[in-house]
Amino acid sequence: MNSSCATGETSNAQPNPWVPQTARIREITPEVDNVATYHLTLVDPAAANAYHFQPGQFNMLYVPGAGESAISMSGDPDSPETLAHTIRLAGNVTKSISEMKVGDTLGLRGPFGTSWPLEACKGRDVILVAGGIGLPPLRPLIYRLLAERQQYGRLHLLYGARSPDMRLYTAERSLWSERGLELKETVDRSNPGWLGNVGVVPLLLERLESFEPKQTTMMICGPELMMRFTARTAMQRGMTAEQIWVSTERNMQCAVGLCGHCQLGPEFICKDGPIFRYDQISPYFKVEGL
Amino acid sequence: MSEGLQAANAPPCFLSKEQFAKLFKVLRALEYDVIGPTIDQEAIVYDRISSIDDLPRGWTDIQEPGKYRLEKRNDDALFGYVVGPHSWKQNLFPPVTTLSVADRTDEGWQFSEPEQDAPKFAFLGVRACELAALKIQDRVFLEGPYIDPQYQGRRNQALVIAVNCTQAASTCFCTSMKTGPRCKAGYDLALTELPEGFVVEVVTPQGEAVINALETQIATEENQNQAEAARQQAVDQITRTMDTTDIRDLLMSNLEHPQWDDVAERCLSCTNCTMVCPTCFCSSVEEVSDLTGDHVERERQWDSCFNVDFSYMNGGLVRNSIRNRYRQWMTHKLATWIDQFGTSGCVGCGRCITWCPVGIDLTQEVAAIREKQT
Repeated sequence: MNSSCATGETSNAQPNPWVPQTARIREITPEVDNVATYHLTLVDPAAANAYHFQPGQFNMLYVPGAGESAISMSGDPDSPETLAHTIRLAGNVTKSISEMKVGDTLGLRGPFGTSWPLEACKGRDVILVAGGIGLPPLRPLIYRLLAERQQYGRLHLLYGARSPDMRLYTAERSLWSERGLELKETVDRSNPGWLGNVGVVPLLLERLESFEPKQTTMMICGPELMMRFTARTAMQRGMTAEQIWVSTERNMQCAVGLCGHCQLGPEFICKDGPIFRYDQISPYFKVEGL
Repeated sequence: MSEGLQAANAPPCFLSKEQFAKLFKVLRALEYDVIGPTIDQEAIVYDRISSIDDLPRGWTDIQEPGKYRLEKRNDDALFGYVVGPHSWKQNLFPPVTTLSVADRTDEGWQFSEPEQDAPKFAFLGVRACELAALKIQDRVFLEGPYIDPQYQGRRNQALVIAVNCTQAASTCFCTSMKTGPRCKAGYDLALTELPEGFVVEVVTPQGEAVINALETQIATEENQNQAEAARQQAVDQITRTMDTTDIRDLLMSNLEHPQWDDVAERCLSCTNCTMVCPTCFCSSVEEVSDLTGDHVERERQWDSCFNVDFSYMNGGLVRNSIRNRYRQWMTHKLATWIDQFGTSGCVGCGRCITWCPVGIDLTQEVAAIREKQT
């Protein structure tokens, strides 16, 4: 399915998809509470050279003894010598990673999965919608869009976080604004001193002015419910499901479509996704417990 | 193993039972590890066998939903049974296997493939529905964007000696799934058992190498007619059917059908159906560490969509009820498998019906959904 946007599989194919590469932590950037960005380098120079990824793809990071976790790449796809992964402490594996320091090694398999379709953005307005930890998987796309800024129309980032202090990449986001990405943000709960929006992300879309639905491509990454409501709002404002792309999440264990865990209807989220055009995946989003 | 039809156009030959007994020695000389039917714990299972005496001579299996019994036959047939709880999947896709190895060194973690040579199996007694199952697992493990190296190593070397069914169980529905009972492709040798010997079809050079080491005659017309009659017996005995018309859309447009609640009242979510299924391929990986924690292996084990934590994500379960888990299993097997691999995941072997402790029969579940579409 949607093989048109499945990229990076053959060029980085390892002879054995189960065996990780050794990656070393070059730098750790604390972001917000329980979230940090890990900058990794593949130790084997040949592997490092061969490594390329597309925005939206993910790696399996492996801590021997703890296990593997699927983590989206959050760095610049045009500088793949350092692989950035913005990780929220959520389970066993991410807890083990959070206890690591610069110089430590871990395993890495990837890149896996489909990518955000840049070709669907060319010459059009682009609205990126991120909820919470859904911003990191969109960041490589932002780098690409800004690197070739003149090829696109208006660029928006609608970003919702739980609270003002949970907003990611704050300093960097103002750089993005300067380079032509219009930023709107909202929080679920305000703090003293917060003068911005309070409420869910779809509200930002509802209020967006000078919005030309026919001219727009939308990319959404966040909790499933948030993505559904955002897509619904977009369609109420005149967009079609074919103009909307989402990044989905399921229990990904093997990343190569062989273990069966991440299925959603006919799709293996790991290899047919995680990025889907909304009309392809929305019928299955709506079925509870599928 | 190749799928070519009668490459040499060789006419079928006749192999006497005395000569058949020598087959084991021939296979050993060719360095095959012979896996075939044998009796263990009152069931006919597939295991390592070394002589004709290991075969379930004179035994048959009686199968019904939730029931499996061995019974004495009134003859000395060696392959006079249908299928048991095992399938060849356990040899090509082992229930437990090591995928990768991690060692802590001064330079940090080093990762490697486990050192293991693929065993060279000869599968003796593969049924038509099982040939179809092998082909389906080939699609999963060999024909997608990623290849499973262990399956590939084992599969490439395996010799497949098929044996045509000459009888059917009440749980069989291969004719509905168009997979049997006649073995048509995907084997090196195909045998049809007669009281005095076997009519043998030779398809591949590997099969030819085996049969040439034994004394055979050209099968007479009478041999061939007898073999055809024996095979027809199996066709005639099949009573169970499943209407597969538009089955993909039937199931996917009935995801909220009340029948899912009905079956959930009976299903124990025990995983038996997925363990005995010759095509189910779900697995999970566990960390196996030595005491120091400096040597860690990743071990793959068969998993099942009926296990509660199979769909665990972000601190919760996606399929948190038996209804959702049964629906996942059946819609995957019969519907979304077609989207994924261009084929049904079901071969009509009936194992899931026989080995279900409460006798749930997927053919009846499909019929119930078809009867009252929502």
